[in-house]
Amino acid sequence: MKGMTVIVKTVTRWVKVFIFLYGIYIIITGHLAPGGGFADGVIIACSYILLMLAYGREFALKRLSSRAAHHLDSSGVLLFLVVALLGLGYGGIFFGNFLQTRFPGVAFKLLSSGTIPISNIAIGIKVAASVFLVFIILSVLRIVLDEDGTQKMVQDEEEE
Amino acid sequence: MIYSLCFVLFIIGLYCALTKKNIVKIVIGLIIMEYAVNLFLVLLGYRKDGVAPIVEKTTNPLEFLATSVDPLPQALVVTSIVIGLGVTTLAIALCIKLYEKYGTFDISEIRRLKG
Amino acid sequence: MNTTMLIPLLVAIPLLFAFFIPLVARKIRVLADILGNLATLGALIIAILIFGSRGIYELGGWSPPIGINWVLDGFSNLMLVIINLISFTATLFSSKYMEQYTAKYKYYSLFLLMVAGMNGVVLTGDMFNLFVFLEIASVASYALVAFGGNHEELEASFKYLILASIGSTLILFGIAFTYGATGYLNMASIASTISSGGRNPILLFAVVFFIVCFGIKAALVPFHPWLPDAHPSAPAPISAMLSGVLIKALGIYALTRVLFNVIGMTTVFGWVLIAVGVLSMVVGVFLAVGQWDFKRLLAYHSISQMGYVILGIGLGGYILSSGGEQSAAMLAILGGIFHLANHSVFKSLLFLCSGSIEYSAGTRQLKEMGGLLEQMPLTRATCTIASLSIAGVPPFNGFWSKLIIIIAAFQAGFPWLAAITILVSFVTLISFLKVLRYAFLGKLPEALRQVRESPAIMAIALVILAILCTGMGLLLVPGVREVILDPAVAALLQGIEYAQVALPVF
Repeated sequence: MKGMTVIVKTVTRWVKVFIFLYGIYIIITGHLAPGGGFADGVIIACSYILLMLAYGREFALKRLSSRAAHHLDSSGVLLFLVVALLGLGYGGIFFGNFLQTRFPGVAFKLLSSGTIPISNIAIGIKVAASVFLVFIILSVLRIVLDEDGTQKMVQDEEEE
Repeated sequence: MIYSLCFVLFIIGLYCALTKKNIVKIVIGLIIMEYAVNLFLVLLGYRKDGVAPIVEKTTNPLEFLATSVDPLPQALVVTSIVIGLGVTTLAIALCIKLYEKYGTFDISEIRRLKG
Repeated sequence: MNTTMLIPLLVAIPLLFAFFIPLVARKIRVLADILGNLATLGALIIAILIFGSRGIYELGGWSPPIGINWVLDGFSNLMLVIINLISFTATLFSSKYMEQYTAKYKYYSLFLLMVAGMNGVVLTGDMFNLFVFLEIASVASYALVAFGGNHEELEASFKYLILASIGSTLILFGIAFTYGATGYLNMASIASTISSGGRNPILLFAVVFFIVCFGIKAALVPFHPWLPDAHPSAPAPISAMLSGVLIKALGIYALTRVLFNVIGMTTVFGWVLIAVGVLSMVVGVFLAVGQWDFKRLLAYHSISQMGYVILGIGLGGYILSSGGEQSAAMLAILGGIFHLANHSVFKSLLFLCSGSIEYSAGTRQLKEMGGLLEQMPLTRATCTIASLSIAGVPPFNGFWSKLIIIIAAFQAGFPWLAAITILVSFVTLISFLKVLRYAFLGKLPEALRQVRESPAIMAIALVILAILCTGMGLLLVPGVREVILDPAVAALLQGIEYAQVALPVF
């Protein structure tokens, strides 16, 4: 696979950054506006997938190797669980929002909801990595069956 | 009733999943079923001319209850879409592996197990 | 320390390790073993620590009608101990057994994900949360069935995936119906709405969906075809988990919880459960007799034994809703639940034995075995105990629970049910005598001369379960029974009064 035509490549080079930035914007305002971890993860993964479609598989894998994606995948969930367990340690409540009780903030301001943005970031990392991995794995016929489908499930429970 | 459309869609999906020979088509049938249920859930929470369910300090609770849409089904649908994505991914991965092993997508030729 | 604080750890620990293992143990295989065993051991310890305590845990501090709550009562207590016990023995077994496969860290990751899902199903007090955990557990199990990656495994996994996903879709449909009819997702709130507001006919739809979909998950007879393919295809510790606890946590537990505590039992549902139970019992056992593949035979017996459990529970529900004696209903449900606990012990022991034979002798066809008596004394001993147990021979645990179900059937005035139960028990005995005869007695084939007993760590797992098999009859001794089994029965008997227990706010 050598990628697509020059037009696609050029447009991709310009657009990919904006897609990525848009994903980050959604992650950060996830607790204020529609969006959040899952939507953002898909958008960020899309920027990589676009790269892969335009430039070919090897080019994208050089940017984000599947090994690194696997690690991001696991660490996203771990970060999420650590936040949940910290809630248990600090306030005695699993998933407890221990930051908000200390720094309440003003509603509809960026820093107003304690641990929720952190969880959103964790989910975002996780979803981005696993959607990218799913795409890599399904895009090639001869590859070892992976369990990405299952790992996606855990993410979902965190969505709420 | 508009809900009956969901049943029709669900039955179409079930029919597709149960009668098709091609395993990819079976998976598509599953997806149709899932979407029928998601549609049903969204319709449950739908209200014509509803407002967004955000409570502020100034909101009147009774008026809020009377006008806002139900946010819960939407949360459920998002969750179930994600679950559906996971299941579909696994199913497609299995299809690919099956094709690799058997060289066919035809379910009637994939018959190593006697049962 | 407050024991309710430990409740979330039951889900958090397996989940944490499930994602920690692929991060650190990708290269070092031993580390994956150690961490996997540590995780299940930790979960087992917590399950034992919180045994006997009751509690409601509100996730994130949001109280029930809005937030999700986890409820710990007698039935969940019992299920938690069973699940974590079996999963601990299974990981112990798999640390040696899974050497034959590559990518052990993936195996442990999926395994722990499945355990987390099952613990969640048993704990949760919210309908949609139940669905989410159920899907986590079942998707992990689809992947685990296909873990070997051969022709049969992929085919079995695909079959399982399609049937079980149709089931899951139906569950979601049922949940949507209950939400539409009552306006709540919390089980206790649904129960109190139903008991105060009368029955909405829409709920009947939901119940039909629930019975069908949990029936698929529990492999009751009209919905069973996936089980005899999926369970033998998985690696042996996974078969033990699937047959031992997965079909119970996802199928039986969820079904009884929804029918008894949320919707409320009626005589019609009782009859449906009895009919399905008898059908599963009879069909499963007669299909099992003709099998020559050891694991496939065990899988058919799982269907049959699930029939016993559902029969006991359905009988109890029928007596309860038709206004019969409380004590008779209690006895029937006790029999069902006790048999559930016993079955998970002896069936996982049998599957682990079959794995042990497969590991050493390299076959699971009964006709190719024979004379393993001398070669594998320990496996033979444990396998004999488990076989006698499943067939209901007196000193072992299977006998006591079957006896209770039979007595309950007589008390309820259904002697023909008792007769069927005894008949099925005999056929089970015949088919397991066949197993013992062909696997361990007879002439040793030339090919199996070199067979040795399986490694020590696998043997330990077998011995733990065998001791339990022998000793679990003691649970019926007065004094012990009040602590362990009766709370589980009481949890179901209280019916939709469950709302008062799980919702102290109202």
